[in-house]
Amino acid sequence: MMPLLTTKDLSRSFGGLRAVDGVDFALMPGEIRAVIGPNGAGKTTFVSLVSGRIQPSSGTIIFDGADITSLPAYARVRLGIAYTFQITSVFANLSAYDNVALPVQRTLTDSRSKGAVHTGVMAALERTGLADWAQMPAGQLSYGHQRLLEVAMGLALKPRLLILDEPTQGLADSEIDNFIELVREIADSATVLLIEHNMPVVMQLADRITVFNAGRILAEGTPEQIRANAAVQDAYLGTTHG
Amino acid sequence: MKDASPAKPYALHLGVIALLFALSFVLPEYHHGLLARIMVLAVFAMGYNLLFGYVGLLSLGHAMFFSAGLYGAGLAVIHLGWSVSAAFAAGLACGALLALVIALLALRTSGVAFMIVTMMFAQVFYLVILYLAAWTGGDQGMVVPQSMRVLVLGSTSLDLTNPTVRYMSALALFSIVLLISLAIVRSGYGRVLVAIRENEERTKMLGYDTFSNKLAAVIVSGTICAGSGAAYALLFGYVGSSFASVQYSILPLLWVLLGGAATTLGPLIGTLFMYYVIDVASGYTSAYLLIVGIALILLVLFFPKGILGSIRQRWLGWLP
Repeated sequence: MMPLLTTKDLSRSFGGLRAVDGVDFALMPGEIRAVIGPNGAGKTTFVSLVSGRIQPSSGTIIFDGADITSLPAYARVRLGIAYTFQITSVFANLSAYDNVALPVQRTLTDSRSKGAVHTGVMAALERTGLADWAQMPAGQLSYGHQRLLEVAMGLALKPRLLILDEPTQGLADSEIDNFIELVREIADSATVLLIEHNMPVVMQLADRITVFNAGRILAEGTPEQIRANAAVQDAYLGTTHG
Repeated sequence: MKDASPAKPYALHLGVIALLFALSFVLPEYHHGLLARIMVLAVFAMGYNLLFGYVGLLSLGHAMFFSAGLYGAGLAVIHLGWSVSAAFAAGLACGALLALVIALLALRTSGVAFMIVTMMFAQVFYLVILYLAAWTGGDQGMVVPQSMRVLVLGSTSLDLTNPTVRYMSALALFSIVLLISLAIVRSGYGRVLVAIRENEERTKMLGYDTFSNKLAAVIVSGTICAGSGAAYALLFGYVGSSFASVQYSILPLLWVLLGGAATTLGPLIGTLFMYYVIDVASGYTSAYLLIVGIALILLVLFFPKGILGSIRQRWLGWLP
């Protein structure tokens, strides 16, 4: 099977800092992949390169067999790469409905979905449990609901690859359980790339885990393999083995 | 923008148009003429509002789009002897073309730089008008001959110097532009424009080419403002360089802020309010600008979102 996403020798420097340093990465269709690593390991920079928010210093990115390295971010979204923000950035002054209507009308314009805007919006809001708050300004939703709205916007883009950047940050435990369910559902129709610090969430959701450290991939494997990997424990968990 | 029934906003807008129509038959001569002028300038404000209110791009150079229409139409009549409808089309075309060129250059900037760049281009435009005095009349301006201001529609010809014809022509232009703005604002495109105003980076990450959307908005805005300028030349018969000065870039900003940015009827209310405050105040004192200034300060204090913007915020959430 051909990978959905491949990066070859992907690098990005900020001044002298090599935030992402020669990363070779492959993601199979349908999998849930977690990306973990200590702060500053280059995880967010890596997914920003994939989504096109920043341009790489060198290397190539291949999505579904096509080289997308030089495509602007909006064109990658139209190919089916959706990015949900680490810091919640819903349109605070627009209603939840309008927030979701923007991605829905985009997929309609691109003929990647059919039907009326209203149907698509309500479907995405119902799937994330936000239908009752449709007309509320997004900025007045609770923090947990704003995170869900981010996911609803990502879903409404009909992604083939959904990138979730620390989606459970700031959520209550009860909300996290619902969230895990939601990501499992999403994975039925999309490939999920998940940056996450919450290890129980990672262990429950991920098919495979990629560990970043200092801009490079330190290890990759199933949750069990990663749990047992001594190098990962050193870098990420900070434990020493004497 | 809201997912509410469209009946209310359309009823309100058609009601406003009907009211303006009825006013034509009851207003005394002086106010009749003033209102015709206000409607034409409100079109200018509506064009400005589309860009400033909805896309959040503050231009300080919209006088150049107004005067592109003014001179485009005026010069076509005076020098080329074109008919009124051809001259109006020429005015629109000049505005659209100028807006395209300016947008391609100015949209490389944003925020304060966008204000400065648009203002600079408008100054260039103003100086070019003065420089080409042989054709434009320089700072004296030009009068469009009365005999040329006749609109021929099929077999009927309308004399645009007749007050009623002038009023109705201004109302027709105003109504068309008002309904176009309402349709834009309620469309998916309007939603994208507001999204760009609120968070451009996020809008890109939803798959929108924000540059193209902004480019289209500048062109629509510039063309509407040019329509206002062209109508002004043809209805009121004066083509002057003062309309290209920086004052006429700031006036639409004031009108829109007064009436309520990002409201469809705000530009009309703002223009109307400003004209009548000046009109009434100058009847009492030569220091009327002082009264205008105080009125503006009071408005900013108590209606920070403009007259209609504050009404929408406090009472009528459905206002478009």
